Amino acid sequence: MSEQIKKFMYINRRAPYGTIYAWESLEVVLIGAAFDQDVSLAFMDDGVYQLIKGQDTSEVDMKNFSPTYQALGDYDVTKLFVEKESLEERGLTLEDLMPLTYEDEDDDWAEKASIRLVSRAELADILEQQDVIFSF
Amino acid sequence: MSTLHTVNKSPFEKSSMESCLAYAKAGSSVLLYEDGIYGAIKGTTVAEKVTAKNGVNFYVLGPDLKARGVSEDKVVDGIEIVDYAKFVTLAAENDKVQAWV
Amino acid sequence: MAIEANGKTFETDEEGYLTNLGEWEPAVAEEMAKEDDLELTDEHWEIINFLREYYEEYQIAPAVRVLTKAVGKRLGKEKGNSKYLYALFPYGPGKQACRFAGLPKPTGCI
Repeated sequence: MSEQIKKFMYINRRAPYGTIYAWESLEVVLIGAAFDQDVSLAFMDDGVYQLIKGQDTSEVDMKNFSPTYQALGDYDVTKLFVEKESLEERGLTLEDLMPLTYEDEDDDWAEKASIRLVSRAELADILEQQDVIFSF
Repeated sequence: MSTLHTVNKSPFEKSSMESCLAYAKAGSSVLLYEDGIYGAIKGTTVAEKVTAKNGVNFYVLGPDLKARGVSEDKVVDGIEIVDYAKFVTLAAENDKVQAWV
Repeated sequence: MAIEANGKTFETDEEGYLTNLGEWEPAVAEEMAKEDDLELTDEHWEIINFLREYYEEYQIAPAVRVLTKAVGKRLGKEKGNSKYLYALFPYGPGKQACRFAGLPKPTGCI
């Protein structure tokens, strides 16, 4: 049986704590990573809030799951597309996001940035190339 | 009759904040909490509407800012950062609370 | 379910994982190992402590292949392979070692 690698895209459009979507998405991505597919994540609309650095939930009695995004590299999930327009509309820049990285196995474990800032038009093209899209 | 309006939804996802701003009269107060705190960040179209609204007192809940990684220097000037105790005080000081959920 | 260790009772879920991560203490791991007919050596503890540090940093229990890779990088190649890890934890380095370490069942373990 031939194993064909498919392009899987997880689209994140929700803020992290008001609803369960962001955490659910992250868990599905980590579980799905076991299937050796070509996985990408997209952060658009309120989804960009998930990646804001310095989250501290100690005063609101919820689990701070933002450190888990840094583990994505260990799970070979290394493509996190962040939509530029969504960031700008929300008064944010790349500087406000966590500096997520992965170690490139094919390049002597060099540390590289996982977050790729793309325009809405570029992201539309990327979505066009996917085989499967999961929406959260 | 003074009213405390509360908004706990992101202004970029739901119209709660916009409706609240349209309804809030001079002398009333607006408190942003949970995902509503995203309406307190500087440099957005929502922030412009907040700044343009005269005679309304704006508050944002500090612990929810902190949870979401929004530092205090990103908050629009004129929005007061408050703690849970002040939230309770505001609710008690006003005649009623209207929640924009 | 529950487990008795160090004169205290610790609540566990139906698969034997600690319900409250914050309650963990080394005696819990010792007791769980005893129930699995294992005696914990320094080599076991090295992995258990590694898992606890991983959880502290990333807030998840790593899947077994992620653990294997990470152990290899941090503790040396001779330890970063399934043969070594399964020899220490015959019920699976992900599932069994995470349970001993007081972590939840690994995310991405299927």
